[in-house]
Amino acid sequence: MKYMLLMQFSGQTDEVPPIDTWAAEDVRANIQFMNDTNKKLVDAGEFVDAQGLAAPDQARIVRAGEGGAAVVTDGPFPETKEFLVGYWIVDCDGPERAVDLAAHVSAAPGPGGRPLNMPIELRQVMSIDSSEEL
Amino acid sequence: MPQVVGVLARRFGDFAAAEDAVQEALIDAVAQWPREGVPANPRGWLVQVAYRRMTEQVRNERARRRREELVVAQAPPDRRTAPPADDAYETDRDDTLTTLFLCCHPALTPASAIALTLRSAGGLTTAEIAKAFLVPEPTMAQRISRAKQRIKASGIPFRMPAPEERARRLGSVLHVLYLVFNEGYASSAGPDLQRVELSREAIRLARMVHGLLPDDCEVAGLLALMLLTDARRPARTDASGTPIPLAEQDRSLWDGEAVAEGIALITGTLARGAVGPYQLQAAIAAVHDEAATAGETDWPQILALYGLLERMSDNPMVSLNRAVAAAMTHGPAAGLDLLRALDADGRLAGHHRFYTARAHLLEMAGDRRAAADDYRAAASRTTSAPERHYLTTRAARLTVPDRPERAVPDQPERTAPARFGRTAPDRAGRTAPDRPGQVVPPDRSE
Repeated sequence: MKYMLLMQFSGQTDEVPPIDTWAAEDVRANIQFMNDTNKKLVDAGEFVDAQGLAAPDQARIVRAGEGGAAVVTDGPFPETKEFLVGYWIVDCDGPERAVDLAAHVSAAPGPGGRPLNMPIELRQVMSIDSSEEL
Repeated sequence: MPQVVGVLARRFGDFAAAEDAVQEALIDAVAQWPREGVPANPRGWLVQVAYRRMTEQVRNERARRRREELVVAQAPPDRRTAPPADDAYETDRDDTLTTLFLCCHPALTPASAIALTLRSAGGLTTAEIAKAFLVPEPTMAQRISRAKQRIKASGIPFRMPAPEERARRLGSVLHVLYLVFNEGYASSAGPDLQRVELSREAIRLARMVHGLLPDDCEVAGLLALMLLTDARRPARTDASGTPIPLAEQDRSLWDGEAVAEGIALITGTLARGAVGPYQLQAAIAAVHDEAATAGETDWPQILALYGLLERMSDNPMVSLNRAVAAAMTHGPAAGLDLLRALDADGRLAGHHRFYTARAHLLEMAGDRRAAADDYRAAASRTTSAPERHYLTTRAARLTVPDRPERAVPDQPERTAPARFGRTAPDRAGRTAPDRPGQVVPPDRSE
């Protein structure tokens, strides 16, 4: 079963300061953790994809306007309280394992090496066929 | 190829090393055969070359470790010579089966067993398996390698299971082949085209096992079930991959040859006795495939077969299908009664198939609003994208008020009052998307 793990950053409620204000070794530890996590997922035969997203102030909102032409609104969006930082897609044995993996990435180290405990939204990826076991 | 690996693995007692040696022998073959011609006995040639490779490996190991208890020691002295090129049939047979028994070992999770079976017993490369399961190749390579490690760590020997254990282990093999078939039994269009390969491979392996164990009724039953189900593949989805219910399929697209083979196989098998769940599922598939039109489906016979299956497997999915068959035989009220009992027992609580079945029966009974609610409930619970599309469309059709100008002939339920039972050919079998996964065989872990 495939699951998507969405790492959300909540700018208002989290006490975590933005990563560009962390000490260098804390940033390194965090990046190392992410790399190790991905390697572990590959070794376990569970890795499908993992990506980090560029900062939300580079985001743009696109809507189709008259005749389908793109209407682009540039960021930053001060009203954005929560935004997506990155995601994983894993292929694992079941929902319990997916929850364990989500808890693991939630505990990525932050400032001072303390676990961030960021909220991870866990979503099952729809399958492309209609066969499915009970 | 599994036979070659099997011969080597049995002689040396090391499955992973045997695979490596055969890989190297294959590389030699690719280099030599085009130049020097394919040998008269290609398999014998591969066995000999792989045997030499393994012997070299073993010598190197010995030199390095100066120890004597390595893999060769595990083979009895009379087996230390290269096997004759015309290797005995019995040996091949046992090696192929032993390889399958090992790949489908109950110590592995289904996902690992599937991957290892396709790689080691089947003819697919790691890249092909990765593509079929939509994961990166290194992920699949790791999954296969971990499965091998797990077998090694469990100390499971490469040999035929003891007779008293064999039936249970064969059950695991059949279950894995069934899962591989299900994985591949998707649509014949779009991005999942790769997965069709999986069904073909499952049929090929089931055919092979049937060839090795021609007297086993459940093996024959599984092969027949696959053939009879796969025969409908060209008709079971539309161009966008949305499932088409059995009753609405264009039966002229079904593969008549596969239907004929499946029916002959299951008919011959049922006559021999020792009926099991795969044979019953095959028999049900055969009754469907025999009907020239959906309206001619012999629902009383299907109902009786589900009754037998229910007594044998105690699986709520079987009870669900029996309720649908009861509705087709005796009218929707009979089916809805059975569903009420099933709902009360709780094992299918919240399962999308329960809502799908009830929605169809409610629609048959003319209760459009309740049917639409159940279609929506099913749509929000399924994890299959094409199925969600199908269910959402179904709900939408029932919610839109009747507009006579849009009541085209291919949607008779818009205008025709509900008619029940076997006298309603336009409804016969319009019960659920056509799929083989409706019945799950006995748990492989038991």
